[in-house]
Amino acid sequence: MRLHIMRPMKKTVAGSPASSPSTQSPVPATDAADSSPTSDAPRFPPLASDEVPLLKEMYRQMLVIRRIEEACAKAYAQGKMGGFLHLGIGQESVCVGAIAALRPEDYVIATYREHGHCIAKANASLDVCKAVMAELLGKSTGISKGFGGSMHLFDAKTRFLGGYGIVGGHVPLAAGVAYASKYRNLPEVTLCFFGDGSANQGAFFEGLSLAGLWKLPVVFICENNQYSMGTPLYRTLAVEDVTERAAGFAILRDRFSGDDVLEVRRRISAAVERARTEFVPTLIEVETYRFRGHSISDPGNYRSKDEIEQWKKRDAVVIARDRLVSAIGEDEIVSLEAHIKAQVQEAVRFAEQSPAANPADIWTSVYAQPGTDPRKM
Amino acid sequence: MPVYNIIQAVNDALRLEMRKNPRVVVLGEDVGRFGGVFRATTGLQEEFGKDRVMDTPLAEAGIIGTAIGMALYGLRPVAEIQFADFIFPAFDQIVNELAKFRYRSGGEYPAPMVIRTPYGGGIRGGHYHSQSPEALFAHTAGLKVIIPSNPYDAKGLLLTALRDEDPVMFLEPKRVYRAARGEVPEGEYTIPFGQAKIVREGQGLTVLCYGAMLHVVMEALEKQGAAEFDPEVIDLRSLVPLDTETILESVRKTGRVVIVHEAQKTCGFGAELSALIAEKALLHLEAPIVRVCGLDTPFPYTLEMEYLPSPERITKAIADTARF
Repeated sequence: MRLHIMRPMKKTVAGSPASSPSTQSPVPATDAADSSPTSDAPRFPPLASDEVPLLKEMYRQMLVIRRIEEACAKAYAQGKMGGFLHLGIGQESVCVGAIAALRPEDYVIATYREHGHCIAKANASLDVCKAVMAELLGKSTGISKGFGGSMHLFDAKTRFLGGYGIVGGHVPLAAGVAYASKYRNLPEVTLCFFGDGSANQGAFFEGLSLAGLWKLPVVFICENNQYSMGTPLYRTLAVEDVTERAAGFAILRDRFSGDDVLEVRRRISAAVERARTEFVPTLIEVETYRFRGHSISDPGNYRSKDEIEQWKKRDAVVIARDRLVSAIGEDEIVSLEAHIKAQVQEAVRFAEQSPAANPADIWTSVYAQPGTDPRKM
Repeated sequence: MPVYNIIQAVNDALRLEMRKNPRVVVLGEDVGRFGGVFRATTGLQEEFGKDRVMDTPLAEAGIIGTAIGMALYGLRPVAEIQFADFIFPAFDQIVNELAKFRYRSGGEYPAPMVIRTPYGGGIRGGHYHSQSPEALFAHTAGLKVIIPSNPYDAKGLLLTALRDEDPVMFLEPKRVYRAARGEVPEGEYTIPFGQAKIVREGQGLTVLCYGAMLHVVMEALEKQGAAEFDPEVIDLRSLVPLDTETILESVRKTGRVVIVHEAQKTCGFGAELSALIAEKALLHLEAPIVRVCGLDTPFPYTLEMEYLPSPERITKAIADTARF
């Protein structure tokens, strides 16, 4: 018998089928049909006065990340960078909105598409831009001294616990960090980002299982960008609503669109506070889209131009800009954008002029005492 | 001085360090109330509570991954993998995450922790309760690999592991878990990593071994007459870091080497030892290096004594090498 893999007739409904009230979402999840790529760009109400500075700051961070990643693509094309490069252009609202819900002492752990998370955890400062660009160019001034590269950023200062090249492998680590916070009785929360591809990995389930079992202060955030590399969701997920996986682990769930960075922050803030004060983990799915291919070498031919154009109408960076311009006029935004351009240029200049990673350091950091490594002999 | 077996020595080390350092936590399958499948964590949950001695689901990647997260934060987790054969679901976590943290973060994020696991055959455990995966971890830069052969070393080496700044794979020879008994001092003492122990001094040839195989080698000497060839028996104790000095000094003295381990021969740790000796002491050799190892087969159940190095195989190898 030949089996056909078919797209479900109807998208899975948001309401949790679980009988235990503890696993039901306190927030009604968005009906996915409302936010399908074919619908028109959503309209947003005028900003409240206290939302303006908040959105302006998040717009700044999103744009810094986008411009840095555009600079990365350019540097890659110029042959200044080796290996792999996974850009998150189009997904900025997820990392920026989510991390804006955190305190500085909270932890973030992310995927191989983690430039934005690392930058946002440092409030998109000039310093972090310099260190990230330098890392991507393999320089000794890089955030991991040139030993990590694109997929493996780390920043001890900001409690950014890294990007991970093994899909889903980092999910149990987040549970461990959250356990340590709880064990030491410190009110810290760990945010764990991953993609829809991770939701099929064994380590993902094992991490969720322990977080639910031990009631850990962790929030799991699925950045659903519609594709596991080049394969669309409906070919990889039997149940397209990733948050339904929470039901088996006594974890709350929420699911919404990433079009509005303010909404991302609001919804994730609620989960963060539940984690912080009640030790209740939440599995969140944010619907988003990457405008570039899976990696720099992927032209993304599996997507139609029309699909990409539809999603561009939902670009959170553009939406945030439009709303700000309506609220405070264009001049202030143009001036902010000029500042960001200069910041990114300076980061690139810094990275290019920095010395390469030092070959003499190749043995350092394998072990605490480099001399103990027998392979060096 | 109390006489302990290896399980009691491990338990003693864990208890002492947990009393001293509140950051040490223990997690694994059945380690809590049950006290571990081999009883190595007996009584720890009673004394230190459920927050420090945690029963986990049967989920090795989750156990190790979570422990890594704890270690990144600054706790000192001791993860027990019930049998070394069960470590493979967590292999990705160990090789791809744990081993690399210090390096890939430019030294910012070490993840010091201990993975304890009983390894090896000789208990009729069959395919999935008998394997010796030490070479896979010795092959992975960033890990330390420790294998004690007796209670005294088990306690001293485990206390060192619990204070080490690097991740440590602590493989315990379950075949002699209870059979190997010996005097163990009360209170704390540590044995530095990277120091092999000369168990028997000799002039005739060098025998390199570790873990449960030390006891089989000694049986060959004591009951099969291999002692007449005057072997120098070295218990490596620590594969990474490796005490190359003691090994090479002995080889330069005797000129003849027999290496014994129960893991499969091909790409086993003996291959690394052979290469080391060939690179550093070739001109001192008077006979080919001989390896007595597990066979290159999956681990057989009823025929495990055919698979494992026996006193007879070891005696023959010693005699042939001495007479070469």
